[in-house]
Amino acid sequence: MSTVAETQIKLTPEHDARPGATVRSWLQDLLPKIVLAPSFAATIVFVYGFILWTIYLSFTNSKTFPSYDITGARAYQRLWRWTFESDPPSSWYTSITNMGIFGFLYILICLALGLFLAILLDQKIRGEGVLRPIYLYPMALSFIVTGVAWKWFLDPGLGLEQTLHQWGWTSFHFDWIKNKDFVIYTVVIAGVWQASGFVMAMFLAGLRGIDGEIMKAAQIDGASTFQLYRRIVIPLLRPVFLSAFIVLAHLAIKSYDLVVALTSGGPGGSAWLPSNFMYEFTFKRNEMAVGSASAVIMLMTITAIIVPYLYSELREKSR
Amino acid sequence: MSAVASPAGQVASGARARTLNRIVIYGLLALFAIFYLMPLFVMLVTSFKTMDEIQNGNMLSLPHAPTFAPWIKAWSEVCSGLTCVGMKGYFWNSIKMVVPAVLISTLLGALNGYVLTKWRFRGHTLVFAMMLFACFIPFQSVLLPMATILGSLGRFGVTLQNATGFNFGLGNSTVNLVFVHVVYGLGFTTLFFRNYYEAFPTELVKAAQVDGASFFQIFRRIMLPNSLPIIVVTVIYQFTNIWNDFLFASAYAGSGDVMPMTVALNNVVNTSTGVVEYNVNMAAAMIAALPTLIVYVVAGRYFVRGLMAGAVKG
Repeated sequence: MSTVAETQIKLTPEHDARPGATVRSWLQDLLPKIVLAPSFAATIVFVYGFILWTIYLSFTNSKTFPSYDITGARAYQRLWRWTFESDPPSSWYTSITNMGIFGFLYILICLALGLFLAILLDQKIRGEGVLRPIYLYPMALSFIVTGVAWKWFLDPGLGLEQTLHQWGWTSFHFDWIKNKDFVIYTVVIAGVWQASGFVMAMFLAGLRGIDGEIMKAAQIDGASTFQLYRRIVIPLLRPVFLSAFIVLAHLAIKSYDLVVALTSGGPGGSAWLPSNFMYEFTFKRNEMAVGSASAVIMLMTITAIIVPYLYSELREKSR
Repeated sequence: MSAVASPAGQVASGARARTLNRIVIYGLLALFAIFYLMPLFVMLVTSFKTMDEIQNGNMLSLPHAPTFAPWIKAWSEVCSGLTCVGMKGYFWNSIKMVVPAVLISTLLGALNGYVLTKWRFRGHTLVFAMMLFACFIPFQSVLLPMATILGSLGRFGVTLQNATGFNFGLGNSTVNLVFVHVVYGLGFTTLFFRNYYEAFPTELVKAAQVDGASFFQIFRRIMLPNSLPIIVVTVIYQFTNIWNDFLFASAYAGSGDVMPMTVALNNVVNTSTGVVEYNVNMAAAMIAALPTLIVYVVAGRYFVRGLMAGAVKG
């Protein structure tokens, strides 16, 4: 803190009472806002303005190029119709069904595995310093790298299946990555591999924050380890569950790269998520209005999850 | 923790149960360590094998005769689509994009955080909330307008080029991506600095103000020298995110020699002309992964802190 004292001494001669001082102090008052303004303006224009623009486009009949004549909610009507077109499944039906499967399993398994690993690591483990970074490093990788690695690992002719065949388990069969009904589960596997270590770290931080006295008291009262965790520790971790859920839900809805790198969309687009649907319809199939409508639906979904959360967090803070 | 409550009478069986307990815990932990390490291990060993060995050998075995040839080929020869110039150009594309984007977004984030905590004005919470929400939007909802704008700016750049002989960076993919990453990274960087400066004693700022220090003097002499931890966190977070980005990169620099690393890697792996050289693909993937892995190994603690700060909002 010595720097502060020095600066104070150096800065004192700045005071003066010349006539320009009022203008200067007025400028000084304005300066913080001027500094913040570009960032805020960029947010207004490039986030909120662009969202409105996308919403606008979703009500036009834009195909390859944007068109700005409002033609009604046709894009939404088509998406709505496709929502129920399950036989043969429309791309949209596949995308949202996959979103449901992927989102549910990804969040659930990440939470369960993360909590489980955190509890194991919290048992005064020797070598925790080695294990923790091993569990967590996938989070530093790009989804593309993760996809490439798992694509290789899950490839029936090269990866796990082949290896087990060589070891003598010749009846082993695992071709999910090439199977249109199961390919989405391989996305779950790779996604869980990438994010569960991070969830573990969140839970571990939560566990370390729990007052040891509470635990001791419960143990003295004769609570078993299982009871201790079920009745005391896990309820205390509620805020961590919430944060982890928000992060995972947000990651799940945004997942795009992983599907591309791991499955290239899967056989016949069977691994698509809504994000892939949006990209394909907008940039490849020249259905810009439909692509925009699907983006709006994604945004609404995230908003419904995030806004209540942010609202409660910010309100708690300012109280 | 698990066996604290063992009464004196059952010491022997308690000790045995505890040993068993420990074995199970360590066994499980080791099993999961294998699960997390496996793909990286396979990627790494494959990248040092010859194609012969890959086709005839076991995925998990170590290379018999380790060779650097796949790495060299991945760096300087591998084909992305029809151009075979290796990953090196794309690697530099990523560097040229990441460095300015990280620096600019971090600096702006620091200034924003400083204003939002120490120079509060009416409605500062709303401004912050609006910037914070921007962190969460699916980028699909801004992808298309941004593409349109970047396209028109590019055309304007061509006009400028013809008129003045210089396009001022308009239409340059790297400049575009820097811009996009700064704009959509601002929410996070502002969040990081705002939360950090929130805990920074306001009295120091007040005192300096009384002594006549200006807005920027306070920032430069008082705030910045005390911000090292959060600067490291922010830089690492932004570096990882921007380096790993694929959506913006593929939408705005998706082909040609302007691609960043992630897009190039995806193209390399999906290039289907000729024999697929898995060892080269794996080496290319390792090259794409190395910068962020190195950052993680060197500064893992800060990396985790950044993720947490990005997760536990407000």
